[in-house]
Amino acid sequence: MIGLNTKYGSAAEPVARLIEEFHKLPGIGPKSAARLTYHLLRVPESGARSLAEAIIAVKEKIILCSVCQNLTDNDPCVICRDSNRDQSVVCVLEEPLDILAVERTGQFKGLYHVLHGVISPMEGIGPDDLRISELLARLNDDTVKEIILATNPNLEGEATAMYLQRLISPLGIRVTSLARGLPVGGDLEYADEVTLGRAIEGRREV
Amino acid sequence: MPTPKTYKTEAIVLKHIDLGEADRIITLYTPNLGKIRAVAKGVRRAKSRLGGHVEPLTNCSLMLSRGRNLEIVSQGQIIESFLSIRNDLQRTAQALYLIELTDAFTSERVENYPVYRLLIDSLHLLSRVPNVELLFRFFELQLLEHMGYRPQLYECLNCKVPLAPVENYFSASGGGVLCPNCAHTEPLVHPLSVDALKVMRLMQRGDYSVASRLRLNSGLSLELERAIKGYVRYLLERDVKSARFLDRLKKDAAEMGVA
Ligand SMILES: [Zn+2]
Ligand SMILES: [Zn+2]
Repeated sequence: MIGLNTKYGSAAEPVARLIEEFHKLPGIGPKSAARLTYHLLRVPESGARSLAEAIIAVKEKIILCSVCQNLTDNDPCVICRDSNRDQSVVCVLEEPLDILAVERTGQFKGLYHVLHGVISPMEGIGPDDLRISELLARLNDDTVKEIILATNPNLEGEATAMYLQRLISPLGIRVTSLARGLPVGGDLEYADEVTLGRAIEGRREV
Repeated sequence: MPTPKTYKTEAIVLKHIDLGEADRIITLYTPNLGKIRAVAKGVRRAKSRLGGHVEPLTNCSLMLSRGRNLEIVSQGQIIESFLSIRNDLQRTAQALYLIELTDAFTSERVENYPVYRLLIDSLHLLSRVPNVELLFRFFELQLLEHMGYRPQLYECLNCKVPLAPVENYFSASGGGVLCPNCAHTEPLVHPLSVDALKVMRLMQRGDYSVASRLRLNSGLSLELERAIKGYVRYLLERDVKSARFLDRLKKDAAEMGVA
């Protein structure tokens, strides 16, 4: 194996360039970047080619669904086109990745809407920077009866949920939010008072 | 005295930014160390024991250890989570305005206990006061005071003559008031009424229980807002971003016909 000295100084130029590209990715440090690069040097050319093509394909073919704003290669996306899903419930999420998390539960059969961010007043990110007008446009006919606000349970996520609630409630649509409670596996004694307070508020019959 | 390797401090969490997969860097305002930044490991995981305790807009008690660049949070416990603010969008936005101002005016590791006291007292007052604008102006003037930007409200900035009870002029670039004769000596000035000057002097004295008894009509309230915010904007060389969202909420409320 080629020796790795400081950073990627001793590596050949194309190798150094690939390490640098990997290093730009989130969660990839210089060591992981080098490991990925040297892994690719060992795989057959067909493997490397298929990776490169997959990267190009996501950039060329992925667009935002004009209905739910999720990433898709077909507009509308598979979820929005699926007539077996409950068209009357829309679950509002911060990011496309959150859809995967909800889908994994297998519990939700309605539709989604992706905001692509949260209201963050101190960063200067306001309602107009999110896909909120696209959400309101979906509420113009009587199809949608319930909106589930599923933003993250933190200050900005909750501010965003409160903002949406103020906009949507007057339209006569039911607005709900995810039950906020204790994480599975968490100890009661370590719960902060906000979480614990909301878990008590959201208690139910057993 | 150098801080020991591990120490305990109270803090108000001003803000956070994501770091790596599950960590965050939190910005804290503390009573004895001023503003510091610390890494809170694993707090973005749902099961984190620390997560809810170090959210922005909480007053907490923390165990910190000194790291190479940033402190590391080893334990955290909420003292006050300001639920009555968090459960109300308007109040949340107002609290973020106070927090952003504190963050913008302070530098790291400069102790300023009065600023800590001002922020925490104002957050406690926020969900109780009938007139938030009054609290905002008080907060701004007191923050300026503690940061060394006390506006000159008693004598003319230029000729040093004590200000007469007539319409004078507020100058953001000069950091105070000019008499009518000297108003031309600064490039940008705004007329300041006798009442507005009196209110600013009273607020400058720093006793909120006295200042809170003031009743401002909307014209006077707007005049004070323009003068003081103008000075804040001049010093920061930018707008306070949270103010934009507050304005938006006001506009939305007016459109929806809600008071
Ligand atoms: Zn879709
Ligand atoms: Zn003068």
